[in-house]
Amino acid sequence: MSTRTVITLPPVLRAGEPFEVQVLIAHPMETGHRRDADGRLLPRDILNHFEVQLDGSTVFEADLFPAIAANPYLAFTLVAQRSGTLSLRWRGDNGFAHIETVAVNLSP
Amino acid sequence: MKRRALMLAVLPLPLLAQDLVPGLQQTIATLTQGAVVNEGRVRIEVAELVENGNAVPVRVAVSGEGIQALWLLNELNPQREVLHCRFGAAARPVVSTRVRLSATQQLVALAVDAQGQWWQARQRVIVTLAACLEGDNT
Repeated sequence: MSTRTVITLPPVLRAGEPFEVQVLIAHPMETGHRRDADGRLLPRDILNHFEVQLDGSTVFEADLFPAIAANPYLAFTLVAQRSGTLSLRWRGDNGFAHIETVAVNLSP
Repeated sequence: MKRRALMLAVLPLPLLAQDLVPGLQQTIATLTQGAVVNEGRVRIEVAELVENGNAVPVRVAVSGEGIQALWLLNELNPQREVLHCRFGAAARPVVSTRVRLSATQQLVALAVDAQGQWWQARQRVIVTLAACLEGDNT
């Protein structure tokens, strides 16, 4: 099953100017505290880690807990000095792993 | 005097208690290893009244330089931690997300800078429809 993500960067990026990256990933974030209609506890299934690398060096990292809403949304702010590649990696319960890469193209 | 004591006694607890629940105080003490936590620099942006606790937009911003990590914590969900972020040199200490809130409670954002100085902010959020009580629509 493919994982759906939405990654949004501002249309124009400039060297040294902060820009916000908005990231959404489809995932139920099942807390492990809820019960189904028959009263059985639904097993925990959450994304617990998110890491962003810019040209191979980690620039933003987050640990996610069950209190993060379903389909986790994160927005963070970066400053780039040159064009490069942003790699976004999610990890979660049950061996979940997903990677997306986005080009960061600075305007002259 | 007696009447005032009575009035205080019947006030709903959250109106009086700005102190954090002991469990969250304990979490903060563990994270900071007992260091002094300063007020200021950190700002939590969240609606004071939310109708649906299943997805509450929250933005936390820390002013100034050198912030390395940020925690978003809560008082009454089953787990105290909500989000823990670490910022590299190319990141600014600002983060937005959407959280679940199980009840009316205070949120705490805790930040630490490169010198090991701690900063915090709190924000109370009134929740009319809690998360966890009914099935998600997802």
